[in-house]
Amino acid sequence: MKEKKKGGRSGYNTLHYTLMIIPGLVWIVMFSIVPMVGIVMAFEDFSPSKGWFGSPWVGLENFEYLSRLKDVRKVLVNTLVIASGKMICNLIIPIVFAILLNEVKNMKFKKPVQTIVYLPHFISWVILANIISTMLGYRGVVNVIFGWFGYEPQVFLGNPSIFRGLLIGTDVWKEFGYGAVIYLAALSGIDPNLYEAAAIDGAGRFQLIRHITLPSLAPTIVLMATLSLGNILNGGFDQVFNLYNASVYSTGDIIDTWVYRIGLVKVQYSLASCAGLLKSVVSLIMISVSYLLAHQFANYSIF
Amino acid sequence: MVSSKTAGDRIFNVVNTIILLILTFSCLYPIVYTLSLSLSSKEAVDGGKVVLWPIGFTLRSYKLIMQDDAFFHSVYVSVIRVVVGTTLNLFCMVLMSFPLSKTTQEYKPRNAIMWLLVFVMLFNGGTIPWYMTVRNYGLIDTIWALIFSGSISVFNIFLIVSFFRQIPQSLEEAAIVDGAGPWTVLFKVIIPISKPVLATVLLFVSVGYWNEYLQGLLFINSPANYPLQTYIKQIVVKISADISYTTEQLQELTKNSNQALDAAKVFISMVPMLIFYPFIQKYFVTGITLGAVKG
Repeated sequence: MKEKKKGGRSGYNTLHYTLMIIPGLVWIVMFSIVPMVGIVMAFEDFSPSKGWFGSPWVGLENFEYLSRLKDVRKVLVNTLVIASGKMICNLIIPIVFAILLNEVKNMKFKKPVQTIVYLPHFISWVILANIISTMLGYRGVVNVIFGWFGYEPQVFLGNPSIFRGLLIGTDVWKEFGYGAVIYLAALSGIDPNLYEAAAIDGAGRFQLIRHITLPSLAPTIVLMATLSLGNILNGGFDQVFNLYNASVYSTGDIIDTWVYRIGLVKVQYSLASCAGLLKSVVSLIMISVSYLLAHQFANYSIF
Repeated sequence: MVSSKTAGDRIFNVVNTIILLILTFSCLYPIVYTLSLSLSSKEAVDGGKVVLWPIGFTLRSYKLIMQDDAFFHSVYVSVIRVVVGTTLNLFCMVLMSFPLSKTTQEYKPRNAIMWLLVFVMLFNGGTIPWYMTVRNYGLIDTIWALIFSGSISVFNIFLIVSFFRQIPQSLEEAAIVDGAGPWTVLFKVIIPISKPVLATVLLFVSVGYWNEYLQGLLFINSPANYPLQTYIKQIVVKISADISYTTEQLQELTKNSNQALDAAKVFISMVPMLIFYPFIQKYFVTGITLGAVKG
C-alpha cells in the first residue's frame, strides 16, 4: 500500500517535472538539434528551393573539392597559429596578473583594479573592434603618438605581417582580467598561516610566490590548460570578423570567417557546410578529450 | 611577527603597483578615448589631435545623433530584444534546471536529458545549417529571429543546476510536508534563495543579447530594423569592406566619414553596460567561481 502511494506521488512529480522541461527542451531542439539534421547539406548539391531532403546527394564530392582548394591550407594554418597563440597567452597572462594582484594588500587599490579589468570582457567585439580600428587608424591615436617620434602614419590593420599579433594581443587585453577571476578565487583560499610560517623561516617575497602561491595554483592551472585544448580550432570569429579586411586575408582569415564568406556571401552552401562540419567534428573530439583528461587528472566533472 | 619590509620588498611593491596601474589604465583608455573623440570638433578628430581629453569641446555629435532616427530605432530594437529575450530565456532555463537538479531516482529521464545537453554544448551543425533552419522557420525579418535563434545556453543551465543541487534537501522536504507540489517548491522555496546564481545568469544572458550582432546581419534584411550592435557593425563595414585599400583611398575615406559622430554612437552603445556594471559585477564572480569549483 505504502509503495503504491509513493509511486503515485512520484508519477505525479514526473509529470510536472516533464512539463517544466518542455519549453526549454523545445527551444533547444528547434535551434540546436534541428540544425544538426542540416548537416546533410555537406553531402548534397544543396539548393534552398529543393531543401534538405530534396537536393541531389553527391556523397563525399564536396569534401574532395574542399581538399583540393588552396585556400583551405592557408585558412587552417591561420586558425591554428592564431588559436594556439591565444591559448598560450590567455593561460599565462591571467596567472601572472592574478599573482601580481594578490601581492597587493591594500583593498582600496585592489578592488577598483579588479573591477575595471573585468570590464572589457563584457563589451562586444563589434564595439571594441570599432574602437581599436579608430585607435589604429590613419588619424588614430597610435599614429599620432608614432608621429611625435617622427614616424610616417601607417595602416596597421592592413599589414598582414602584424595582424596575427594584433589579434592575439587585443584578445589577451580583453580577457586577462576575466580569466584571472578563477585564479584569484583559488588564491583567496590559501591559508595565510602558510605565508606567515614561511616568512618567519626567512622566506623572501619571490620565495613565497615560488613555493606557496604557485603550488597552490597548480591544480587550477592544469585544469584551465586542459580545458583550453578544445579551442584549438577556435580563432575567434567575432574578433576576426570585425577587425579583418581583404588585405590581411593571407594571415588573418580563419576557418569560421572563410565559411561565412563562402557560405553566406558567395552562397556555396554545401561547400561551407562541409568545412563547418569538419571543424565541428574535430572540435568535438578535442573538447571530449580535454574533458576526459580534466576528469582524469583534475577531478573535474561537467555536471 | 611578519618580517619588516626590506628595500627589495619596497621596490617590488612600487614596480607591481605601476604595472597594475598601467594594465588598469589600458582597460579604461579605449572608453575614455571614444568619449573624448565624441566630444571633440570634427577638425580636431580629422587632424588627429585627440589623444586623451577632448580637443575643441563640442556637443555637436550628440546633437546630430538626436536627429538620427535610425540610431534610436536600433536602440529600441535592442532593448525589446534584451527584455523579451532575457525573460523568456531565464524562464525556460530555471524551469528546466529544477527537474535536472533532481536525482535519477526522483526523475528518471534526468541523466538522458543531461547527456543530450552536453552533446548540444560540445557539438553544433555549423553556421550554414543553422542559418537555413532559421530561414525555414520563416523567422527572417522578425524580431523572433533575434530572440530565439541563439538557443539556450547549456552552460548557464548547468550553472543553475549545480546551484540548485547545493540547496539543503530539508528545505524542500519541509515544504512538501506542508503539501507543496513541484511548482510551489520551485517558485516559493528554490527561486527565492537562488538569487546569486540567477543574477549571474541574468547578467550573462542580457549582456549576450545586447552584444549579439551577427543574427541581425543574417536574419534582418532591412537595415532600418537592425539591433544596435548590427547598426554599429554596419557603420564600420563601410571602411572595412571586402576590398583592399591603398593608403590614399583610406585617407579619402577617413576625410568623408564623421569619426566624432561614430565615436558618439559607439559610446552611447556602451552606456548601459557602464551604468549597470558596478551593480552586477559582484554577482558574476560568485557565478563563475561556482561554475568552476563545483564537483
